[in-house]
Amino acid sequence: MLPFLIRRLGQAFLVVLTVGLLSFLMFRFVGDPVVSMSREDATVAEREALRESLGLNDPVPVQFATFIGRAVQGDFGISYRNQRPVSDLIAERLPATLELVFAATVLALAIGIPLGVVTALRPRGALSNIVQGVSLVGVSTPTFVTGIMLILLFAVTLRWLPSFGRGETVDLGWWSTGFLSASGWRAIFLPALTLALFQMTLIMRLVRAEMIEILQSDYIRFARARGLPDRSIHYRLALKNALMPVLTITGMQIGGLIAFAIVTESVFQWPGMGLLFIQAVQFVDVPVMAAYLMFVGLVFVALNAAVDVTYALVDPRLRVRG
Amino acid sequence: MSGVASPSAPAGLMGQFLASPKAMISAAVALLLILSAGFAPLIAPHDPFALGTFNLMDSELPPVWAEGGDPRFLLGTDTQGRDVLSAILYGMRVSLIVGFAAVALSAGIGTLLGLLAGFRGGWLDAVLMRFADVILSFPTILIALLVSGIARGVLPDARQGDYAIYVLILAIAINEWTQYARTVRGQTMVEASLDYVKAARISGLANGRILGRHILPNVLSPVIVIATINLGLAVLAEATLSFLGVGMPVTQPSLGTLIRIGNENLFSGVWWVVVFPAATLVMLVLSVNLFGDWLRDALNPRLG
Repeated sequence: MLPFLIRRLGQAFLVVLTVGLLSFLMFRFVGDPVVSMSREDATVAEREALRESLGLNDPVPVQFATFIGRAVQGDFGISYRNQRPVSDLIAERLPATLELVFAATVLALAIGIPLGVVTALRPRGALSNIVQGVSLVGVSTPTFVTGIMLILLFAVTLRWLPSFGRGETVDLGWWSTGFLSASGWRAIFLPALTLALFQMTLIMRLVRAEMIEILQSDYIRFARARGLPDRSIHYRLALKNALMPVLTITGMQIGGLIAFAIVTESVFQWPGMGLLFIQAVQFVDVPVMAAYLMFVGLVFVALNAAVDVTYALVDPRLRVRG
Repeated sequence: MSGVASPSAPAGLMGQFLASPKAMISAAVALLLILSAGFAPLIAPHDPFALGTFNLMDSELPPVWAEGGDPRFLLGTDTQGRDVLSAILYGMRVSLIVGFAAVALSAGIGTLLGLLAGFRGGWLDAVLMRFADVILSFPTILIALLVSGIARGVLPDARQGDYAIYVLILAIAINEWTQYARTVRGQTMVEASLDYVKAARISGLANGRILGRHILPNVLSPVIVIATINLGLAVLAEATLSFLGVGMPVTQPSLGTLIRIGNENLFSGVWWVVVFPAATLVMLVLSVNLFGDWLRDALNPRLG
């Protein structure tokens, strides 16, 4: 087990280093940091002093090492646009994005699993047909269109829910949460639903496929032969086993959700990291772009490594392949 | 459904097509939309770029069937008095140009790299496939946004609008070539071990000729299927980037840009400015996707 663990973590480390290199190259060579950071009327001498103090005259490998060293300590420099440390900006925006992703995941599981079970048990039923039709159109509808349509229906026409922002937030230490106020709950519903839709169809299809396969297996037939009631067979025996892969996939998709939140946050003006990133792209705020890339890369690598290691713990055959 | 002839034979494919209502309807809708986008300058009732012809008196008119609609503007007008239907036709043209160009670029590069990787093997294969793995492990939207952000930083400010379309095509293609490369590589490895390739080698043909004349035709059917499916994805990706404000500029709007502009005025109740472009986008992508699905089932290639 130990050699596998070391090899897997070594791989993860290499990928993180590659992403770090990409971030660094972007930081260093996209635009000129000195021009972006100094005043318009700065003299040549002032610019040169800034260049020296930023370490831009050092050899590039040394600069890379410094960049990584600072990144490890959470120092990603100063945002060109806001003139504030990037780490502060990210720390401020992180709770909003994580709460949105959390709410979307819960929503996707809470709706996706029952729909998957129902469509597996009654594949020719009316509900199954409706779900199939809706998901067909859903696959071809981009997230931002779904979001706009929800706003048009629930915010503009019916005026039930707000269309932008987080509502009232409560500070718990450095973490600001929207879950402690009624307006926070109202504000998160539409963005969470928009973000959850893709996940939901994925979970539904997965549960359906797993359930259909399991319901044909020998132990289910044996349980039927013994005369166990349907309800107990479907939910206690079949669903329990169908849920294992669902939970792993859901866990692995969290990184993707954080990235897809860019679009959702943009539609609902949700003050999270995605909105920060898209504004950074629009204004070529390179330090923020580089930090966001590092962050998402880290989340992806950590999730994938965690899943692989868990699998290896559960199934010894996987340890050999690495 | 099950055709008598072999599914790969052209006659069989046509027979299957005529037997499937899903295929015929989706192909008809897709073709209608593509043609009307192509002939936009001829069929559009107004010219959405001729600013001088706009009249602010005509602004924010609802569609013709709603109260206060004007028969000159079938789907209503926007805040500047621009005809929504004409804007959609021209916008769809831009969306499709980006979509087709991105598909052509990624299919070309992906097929070429896949052929080389599968035929040569060795370090070239290892490097290319690792690179493809890295790209595939990150979400499309993130990579596309990074490409667009870098392009904004590198290109001169004044020319951003002119280059926007090329940046978009590159940002989308950089994600999509991987799928062609992987599939073609696998198929090439299979083909390269078959007797006809050995025979060609023994008879002294150059490698380039073997790849181009003998292997390429045999790996094309999965490429066509992936290209059809990816056209829908490319149009969606373009729309998303333009909606986020890093795609096509307002002076040369695509469907995504139109939806972005309409979204800014959503609260004044001018729903038609956003709903019709959105509906057109969904219809276009849905019809292309359905046709792609059918083509995949009909040709049934091994997709890697």
